[in-house]
Amino acid sequence: MANLAAVVGIGQTKYQTKRGDVSIAGLVREAAVNALQDAGLGWDDVDAVIIGKAPDMFEGVIMPEIYLTDALGCNGKPMLRVHTAGSVGGSTALVAASHVQSGTFKRVLTVTFEKQSESNAMWALSNPQPFSPHVNAGAGGYFAPIIREYMRRSGAPYNAGIKVATKDRLHGARNPLAHLQMPDITMEQVEESPMLWDPIRFLESCPSSDGACAMVICDESLVGESPKKPAWIRGGAMRSEPTMYAGREEVNPQAGRDCAADVYAQAGITNPRKDFDCAEVYVPFSWYEPMWLENLGFAEEGKGWELTMAGATSLDEGGDIPWNCSGGVLSSNAIGASGMIRFAEAARQVRGDAGDHQVEGAKTALGHAYGGGAQFYAMWVVSSEK
Amino acid sequence: MSATDMTEIAIVSFAQTNCVGDAGAANEVELIMPVVSEALGKIGLKNAQDVDFTCSGSCDYQQGAAFAFVFGVDALGAVPPIKESHVEMDAAWALYESILKIRMGQAESALVYGFGKSSPGELPIVLSQQLDPYYLAPLFVDNVSLAAMQARQMLEQGVCSEAEMAEVVSNSRRNAAANNPRAQLSGDVSIEDLLKEDQWLAPLRKHDCCPISDGASAMVICTVEKAKEWGVPYAVIRSIDHRIETHNLGARDLTRSVSTEKAAAATGVGDGPVEVAELYAPFSHQELILKRALGLGDDTSINPSGGVLAGNLMMASGLSRIGEVAQRIIDGSIQRGIAHATSGPCLQHNLVTVLEAA
Repeated sequence: MANLAAVVGIGQTKYQTKRGDVSIAGLVREAAVNALQDAGLGWDDVDAVIIGKAPDMFEGVIMPEIYLTDALGCNGKPMLRVHTAGSVGGSTALVAASHVQSGTFKRVLTVTFEKQSESNAMWALSNPQPFSPHVNAGAGGYFAPIIREYMRRSGAPYNAGIKVATKDRLHGARNPLAHLQMPDITMEQVEESPMLWDPIRFLESCPSSDGACAMVICDESLVGESPKKPAWIRGGAMRSEPTMYAGREEVNPQAGRDCAADVYAQAGITNPRKDFDCAEVYVPFSWYEPMWLENLGFAEEGKGWELTMAGATSLDEGGDIPWNCSGGVLSSNAIGASGMIRFAEAARQVRGDAGDHQVEGAKTALGHAYGGGAQFYAMWVVSSEK
Repeated sequence: MSATDMTEIAIVSFAQTNCVGDAGAANEVELIMPVVSEALGKIGLKNAQDVDFTCSGSCDYQQGAAFAFVFGVDALGAVPPIKESHVEMDAAWALYESILKIRMGQAESALVYGFGKSSPGELPIVLSQQLDPYYLAPLFVDNVSLAAMQARQMLEQGVCSEAEMAEVVSNSRRNAAANNPRAQLSGDVSIEDLLKEDQWLAPLRKHDCCPISDGASAMVICTVEKAKEWGVPYAVIRSIDHRIETHNLGARDLTRSVSTEKAAAATGVGDGPVEVAELYAPFSHQELILKRALGLGDDTSINPSGGVLAGNLMMASGLSRIGEVAQRIIDGSIQRGIAHATSGPCLQHNLVTVLEAA
């Protein structure tokens, strides 16, 4: 059976549009050094490095682990590169954890990044695929019709997305690392922002960020060597389904429901809204909060928007199940790192180390990531208790 | 890092396409589906839902589009959804990830596959973009030129001779003709005739370089208990380890492979006789480097399949090396062998696994 593992160090960069002051190597090293410092450890204390990022075309560097090994102190050690589309940050954390949970290694460093300013993600996502119809849409164009279908089915008010966009930016204003700092944002301001892909407005979309996120994960036996409280990994799961198939449920995908059921069973979660103190969920477009509230079992199907509108997911409104207290993907989106940021922010909460966006007394939290055409899922449950 | 004290893992099935220079209009799904079906079918499984985990290796830049692996999922029939992951590396590393998943108890069986269609692009130029993006990639130094520089160092230092390099090629072609119907290059060529050919990227001759191939390979692994339950023959993965070394070519002794030496020590390559070694050496002189790094003697049959000089399925070749050794153990022709996979310029990153009969 799996060995018990915990997060003992977390490091992030500041997220911003362009980190012109550092190379890609400098960016990942900054996050890694921060994680090692947080764990009270040095490079020699790491047995292996697991790196993840979204498509290589986002920076134009093929298999960047080849180039980044020096910056990440990995020479002479094993290095693995994970790539599972937008869920990659979460998947990378899970693959890193498996290095320890399998008993193969005692302590590993895992790093994810995106330096979007080095290239153009919209281009990389939109170039024609051989033998496939060309949809020059990017992610927003892909998800907008699915969101419209959600609105039609659920009868959600038009401004549920606007509410999420506002709430997550107010959360982000509590997080000094967040890319967007909009402490005075209002729902009116979001509503008046330009419509990009109906019904997704400019301010209902995630930004494009440079940034990196790193974690040190170790075996139970080494947890005491790091000074701060650990976040115990209580469960981890991944699921995939094809982009398209006859009868595919795209609004509430089966793979997401299966993944949640799997990770909840591992962690003993029976009522997510009650059992979790908070959640960091991959919401790159505002409407995905109510949609994932349902997919992840926090609300009945068709009722997710009611939690959003009632403020249940808002730290500022004293909600019972705050989502994305860090500001979420809507406040910072270094794509390849975004999933790991969710996982790491969940861990920060249960370590009691989340600064101004701390949920008081948080014991158990969900980290979630998705990618592709909402078809790849990675989730973990972390807790202050073993 | 040895697997000896952990869950014993078995390779129960392996399949590979022919190595072809140009797969024509066949897309990635059409390359993958036959090998996945064959690997599953050999042991009586029908689809990806019959194993607990699936992991693949591929490279977006071969297809020239982001998320190439997403189309791989289409080849799996992942309905209902499956537990699945992907590495942007050779599928030998997808095998590694799958082994961890089984060791931690989250799976008892896994399907691993790798695929690559290199023909639409210029692979050596494409691979130049895996170099340092600020100092090296803008120069578009292709991986063949870097390998030529490595070979030059070896020749000038007297580490090997051109005749030894040609012997590697001659052996590869002969082995492929004798043992590997899926090879792209095979035949009976003498060392003398090979040396008569002109140099291409000096000191490399064209035949010192692997061909560029389209294709895929797939493997099924599981716990030894599961293999027994299925009632299928298997090879045991005794140990597996991989190491990377510095990207700075000037800081490396290119005539050695330090990372392979480390992985060989960690896996206990020398702890028993090595009957067969399948080495991922895309250039003839690299086989000589690897042979030394792994401590192999003349009693080891190296690359009985012909190795990648007979056909190189970029992103699947490493997995295929492991599959070639496993098949020889499964069919009873050998008891113990090793397989090697590589990534990066001049053997920067290397994986070694030791396989044994049950």
